[in-house]
This record gives sequence, structure tokens and C-alpha cells, in this order.
Amino acid sequence: MTRPALRLEGIVKTFPGVRALDGVSFEVLPGEVHALLGENGAGKSTLMKVLAGMHQPDEGSIFIEEHRVVQRTPLEAKANGVVLIHQELSLAEEMTASENIFLGELPRKRFGFVDWKTLHAKAGAILSRLNCDFAPETRVSKLSIAKKQMVEIARALTVDAKAVVFDEPTASLTDAEKVVLFDVIRDLKAQGVGIVYISHRMEEIFTISDRITVLRDGTYRCTLVTAETDEDAVTQAMIGRSLDYSPNHAASGQGDIALEVRGLSCGGLFQDVSFNVRCGEVIGFYGLVGAGRTEIAETLFGLRSPTAGEIFLDGEPATIGSPVEAIARGISLVPESRKEQGLILGMSCRDNMTMPQIAELTSGPFVSGRREAEIYERYRERLAVKAPSPKTPVKNLSGGNQQKIVIGKWLAMNPKVLIVDEPTRGIDVGSKAEIHDLVRELARSGLAVIVISSEMPEVLHVSDRVVAMYHGRIMREFTAEEVTEDNLIQAISGIEAKAA
Amino acid sequence: MDKSLAPRAARWVAANPIWGFVVIIFVFFSLSADHFFDLGNFENILVQTSTIGLIALGMTLVMINGNIDLSVGAVVALAASLAVDIQSWGMFAAWGDWAIVPAVTAALAAGALLGALNGVIVWKTGVDAFIVTLGAMLGIRGLVFIYTGEQSFYAMNFLYSDFGASAIGPLPTLAALFIVFAVITHVVLSRTVHGRNTYAVGGNREAAVNAGIRVGPHMVVNFVIVGFFAALAGVALSTQMGASTPNLGREYELWTITAVVLGGVKLAGGAGSIVGTIGGVLAIGILRNGMNLMQVPAFFVLVILGVILIAVLFLDKQLNRRGAEEIRA
Repeated sequence: MTRPALRLEGIVKTFPGVRALDGVSFEVLPGEVHALLGENGAGKSTLMKVLAGMHQPDEGSIFIEEHRVVQRTPLEAKANGVVLIHQELSLAEEMTASENIFLGELPRKRFGFVDWKTLHAKAGAILSRLNCDFAPETRVSKLSIAKKQMVEIARALTVDAKAVVFDEPTASLTDAEKVVLFDVIRDLKAQGVGIVYISHRMEEIFTISDRITVLRDGTYRCTLVTAETDEDAVTQAMIGRSLDYSPNHAASGQGDIALEVRGLSCGGLFQDVSFNVRCGEVIGFYGLVGAGRTEIAETLFGLRSPTAGEIFLDGEPATIGSPVEAIARGISLVPESRKEQGLILGMSCRDNMTMPQIAELTSGPFVSGRREAEIYERYRERLAVKAPSPKTPVKNLSGGNQQKIVIGKWLAMNPKVLIVDEPTRGIDVGSKAEIHDLVRELARSGLAVIVISSEMPEVLHVSDRVVAMYHGRIMREFTAEEVTEDNLIQAISGIEAKAA
Repeated sequence: MDKSLAPRAARWVAANPIWGFVVIIFVFFSLSADHFFDLGNFENILVQTSTIGLIALGMTLVMINGNIDLSVGAVVALAASLAVDIQSWGMFAAWGDWAIVPAVTAALAAGALLGALNGVIVWKTGVDAFIVTLGAMLGIRGLVFIYTGEQSFYAMNFLYSDFGASAIGPLPTLAALFIVFAVITHVVLSRTVHGRNTYAVGGNREAAVNAGIRVGPHMVVNFVIVGFFAALAGVALSTQMGASTPNLGREYELWTITAVVLGGVKLAGGAGSIVGTIGGVLAIGILRNGMNLMQVPAFFVLVILGVILIAVLFLDKQLNRRGAEEIRA
């Protein structure tokens, strides 16, 4: 039996009012990829912060190679050989890759001058260990996101890393970049490093991990050997029930064409895009990151000006010059990143919900608190938002409930066309299903819904029709009956383009 | 009733820590400075704070909106010079006391107009408000020197120069003016659509645009408001002195921002209130007045105020951070 690279025993961590971790034990063997799974709030992030020295456990112990350690800061954890690769990259953009890799511990010459030669040589050695092809002198701002992530990983390898923790590492990577990342993870594994892999994406976990540990409500549920289990079993362990991801075959009753787009182009972002959406249907846009889907949504919402093409609303030609006009014409957009583009985090649930129509909710010169409360209550109930009070700042809600506030904000405007960009990004499994049901139900109630998503099961599950995009063009449109995972993958990889 | 009152008061002070500080220094100076606890002295404090206070009302809106206005001090000087000079113009010679009306109107209009200019430039060019109003601060101060020929102006009309020392009942007129405008601004900020959108734009500009809020007009309106208040402060100051000088209002932008930030407005925008700002203005007024009465040398007063500014914000940060951790858990 090999001795674990990292072992946690009976970790308890309590915050005022909440027991975030309740006796959790966990271990990673050298050369093992151990996935850590759980819904939001299950205790993953707290456990990760305990691992990385950002939180001190109230009870329990941490062992590195079976030596008990106490780590008070991330720096101490790193010195012990435990490194965390953050989900959000924290690099100094205007400095070189080398400087970032050795940030805080730059090699020095006499009088405190930086020893550039040693720095670049050492950084270069680490980068080549990660199979990176860029020079260590490259400015980080010039690198792609995937390469930036490599710099972040390289940073972890400046010490003799025993265990590396990856937190949602693929959140902003394309499929091709994921493959490279997985190669790096396998390399690290071959070098005997223990890897903790945290992700929401089931298919990745099954691709890369050796074992899976599931947390629920701050407690340890089980550890499964990946090769001997399946997605259903893992999901059940996570949420205590299995999840319906069946394709959507119950085509809803379809009404008139609400929105039609002909030959729409916007510079180099997307070209010659034509499609339509009927009232009562969900149309899914699937493609790789950068395929131009979000840009189409932004154009329909008046945030970008098209360079060619026409937009028809209810059969009438329409120009949409600004979000104000889009909203007036009944188009709503639930943006890709809810915290940056959709919500005002410090403002209350109610104020966020009523924001677009506040000018109509007045009595005399003043905003009417009563009418605001009516609107908020109506949509809180309809969407089953769980919030302690209308005055709670939205930043205190879970991701799923925040997303419901954004959706509710638009429903309150009675839109005709609802565009939802990445409806369940960063939302835990249980709430995902709720959001999916909600999208379907909205279509049934007569809305024309456009869903943009990078998750294939999601697109298949909610859409009546699926549009596949590749490099700014629509490759193919599928009905729910035609579409399969295989032909969809082919379409978004541009395979048909080569054949044609 | 008593049961619910105490925790509510505690919560209110937690949300407006500056008022706790105001109470503390008020009690402190009442006990330790001889002539502090005196109705006449309270009137003094109110009059002394009313100038900075008026500007701070407008600055609160601009800063909650996510901008800043550094040109207010220069506008104070310009408005004061215009108001005092224009009433002595030959064309108004026959107007008698009524000459004050076009003079004050022109001064206030100039402030509002310059505010509008700041706002439109920030909106249309996208240059940071800090830079735009820094330029305006230098430029307007230059205009004042050109206009006045580096001269001070003296008000010949006693009606004008007595106004600054007049009172409505027990309340000095300038203090009453401040209170009235504070109430109006508070209502605008907390109850109107414009007020709500001001918070929204400052809280998250992109989300506000996505919600169909016209960001630019709201910013311009707030710059107009702060320009108006700066001009009003300039006029008020010149009635107190019966004169204007081209150097009037120097560093007022810094005192105003200090008061507003003490009152809980975040530099990044999106948070703050008029109630907090009034607390910030009073805190500075009471500290200066109290230390003056205790005969603390003026330069030490500056050192103490600087230290207090940093200390209060540090305390605020500690309180907020504790709140943040509870939320995370």
C-alpha cells in the first residue's frame, strides 16, 4: 500500500451558524487523480481552502506523506507541497510568464537585483515540463486563456509539489484546450504528483479521474472507483436522486414566427446567419467557445450593430440599436455571466427584479414600494426563488436562485423573445434541473426561447430544434428527432464543412 | 416597543457607523470643551458645515453613480465671483436690490452648466470622471483668475452680505438651506427612479445597460446637480464674507470627498446614502469646531482629521469583512 500524498482526517470547520464541514476525511495517493464532487454548498470550496491553508480546520488533521502538518497560510501550504490552481486566474497581465511563475520568489543577485538569466532558465524548464511552446519571456497578456492557465500550473511546480488541487480548471477552455490540459494532468500524475480535481462537469470527471469522492451538506458521502461506477450512481450520491437528462422529444405546440433573422453578419464575429424562432418553442445554439453564439445574442439585444442582414419581429423588419429598443420590442437577454452582466450584486433581490421596469412602477414622482413588492412576490412565487427576504442582497443567494432573479426580471417585462446565454453556468446539479424545467415551461406558456449552451446534454434536453455553429457560421439545424450527440459534435467541429 | 427599538437602533448604527462616531465626539467635546455645549455654538457648527455640506449632497449622488467631481472647489470660486460681480454691473444699476436675482441666477446656472459639460464629456468620451474633472478643476480655476483679473470683489448691497448672517427663527438661514436641500436630495436618491438608477449604474454599469437603463443621462443629471450645489455653496460663502476671492473654495473638493467617504459612500460607487453623508459632514464640522475650542493648533487639527479618516474607513472595512465571511459560510 502506497502512502497517501495527502490525507485529511475528520476535518470539521464551522462558520457562524453553519457547519460547513462535518468530519470529512479524504486522501490522494501519489500519481492519482482524485475528483471531488458535490453540489454548491456541499463543502467543496471550504475543504479546498482548508487544503490550501486559507482556512484553519476547527478539528481534524492534515497529513502530507503521513507527516502531520499545520498550515496557517497558502504560502505554508505551498512550502509543504500542496498547491491550489485557482478557477479564476490570478496573474499579473503585464509581466512576463517567468515573472509570474516566480512571483514573490524571484531569484536575486547582489543588492536585490533580479537574476533574469536564472529566472528565465528555471521558468523555461518548468514550462517545457508542461509541454508549453511559448518563451518564458512572453508577456502574459499576449497568451490565450489556456496558456495562461499553464502559467498558473507552472507556478505550482516551482516547489516540489506533492499534491495539486485543480478548481474547475476547464471553465473557460475550449475542447481542444481541454485535451492539452488533460495531457498535462496525466504527465503530472506520471511524475507521482497527487491530484485533486474539482469540477461540475461529469464527463470530464469520468475522463480524467481514478477515484471520486462525493460530499453532501458538508459531510462525506462515499468514495467510488471511477472505472467501476457510472454517472447515475455519482449523481444519486450527490443529490440523493437521479437526474433526467433525456433528450426533448415532446415538441411543444408551435405558434407563429416571433423572430426571424436573415443573412445576419457582424464583422469577423459571425457571418450570414439565418434562423427563426416560433412562439412556444426552444431553439438551442450549440458550438465551441468563440463560435459566435454570444455575439448573435448581443446583436439581437442591441449591444452590437450588425454589418449586414435583416431582423424580423412578428414578420415586420426591425432595427435594434440599443438594449432600450430591444426591451421595448419584447426581446430579453439573460446574459452569459450573471454576476458581471446580469445582476447588481449589492442590491436587493427586489430591486434587481424590478430594475428594467422601475420607471413604470411609480406613483407620482416616487417609486411605489407596494407595486414593486407585488411584482417581486408574483415572480418569486412563480419561479420558486429561495430568498430570506426581498431586501436580501442578491450576492447572498445561491447561483441557481440568482439566475432565477435574472430570469424573473425579464418575465416581469412580458417579453416575446427570451434569449438565455449559458443558463446553468456555475449552478449546481439540482438547480440545473429546475432551470431546465423552467425554460421548457416558459416556452409552453407561449414565449419564443433561444438557449445558448456549451453543455451538450443541456442543449439536447431543452431544445425543440438545435442550431450548430462553427467559426461564426451556422453549420446545420437539427430537429429534436434528428439530433444525436454524434452528428452534433461533427457539425460544431466543422467536419461537415470539409466534406461539403 | 422598547424591546424592538434597541436592536433596531443598533442595526441602524451598524449600517451608518459614522453616526456612532458623531455621537461619541459630540459627547466628548461636550464634556471636555468649555463652550462646546451651547446653542450658539451649535448654530456655528451648522453654518460652518453648510457650505461643504451642500456640495457633499451633490457629490454623494455623483459618487454613488460611480463617478467623482474634483472641479467643485473651482466652481465655488467662479459662482461666488459671478454673483458678487454681476450685481454691481451698470445694466442692473436701476434694479436696486433686485440686481441680486440675475446675479445669483447666473452664478447657479454657470455651476449647473459646467456640471452638464463635465457629465457630457464623461458620457460621450468615456474618459474617466477623475481625469475629466481634474482637467475641469484646473481649467475653471484659470477662468476665475482671468475673469476676476486676480481681484477680490466686494458686495456693495448689504441685503446680500447680511443674508449670510441672517436667521429664520432660531435657525441660521444657511443652515436651514442645507437642511431643506438635504431632505430633497435624500428623497430624490431614495425614492425616485433617477435615484434608484443612480445606485444601479454605480453598482454594476454593465448590468444596468443590459437592463435597459440609459446610463449617460443619469450621469449627466448627477453632474448637473453637483455643479448646482457647488455654485450654491459658492454663493452662500460669498454672502457670509460679503465678498469673493479668486482663491475661494481651494481644497473644497478634498474636504467634500472626505466627508462623503466618511459617510459610507464607496469610491467604486453603488453604495452610500444622504443620511451617511450628513453624518460625515457633521463629523468633520464637530471635530474642527471642538478642537478649535480646545485651542488645538490648526495644523494639528489637519493631522488628527487625516488619521481619523483612515481609522474610520479601516474600521468600516473590518466590519464589512466580518459580514462577508458570515455570508460565505
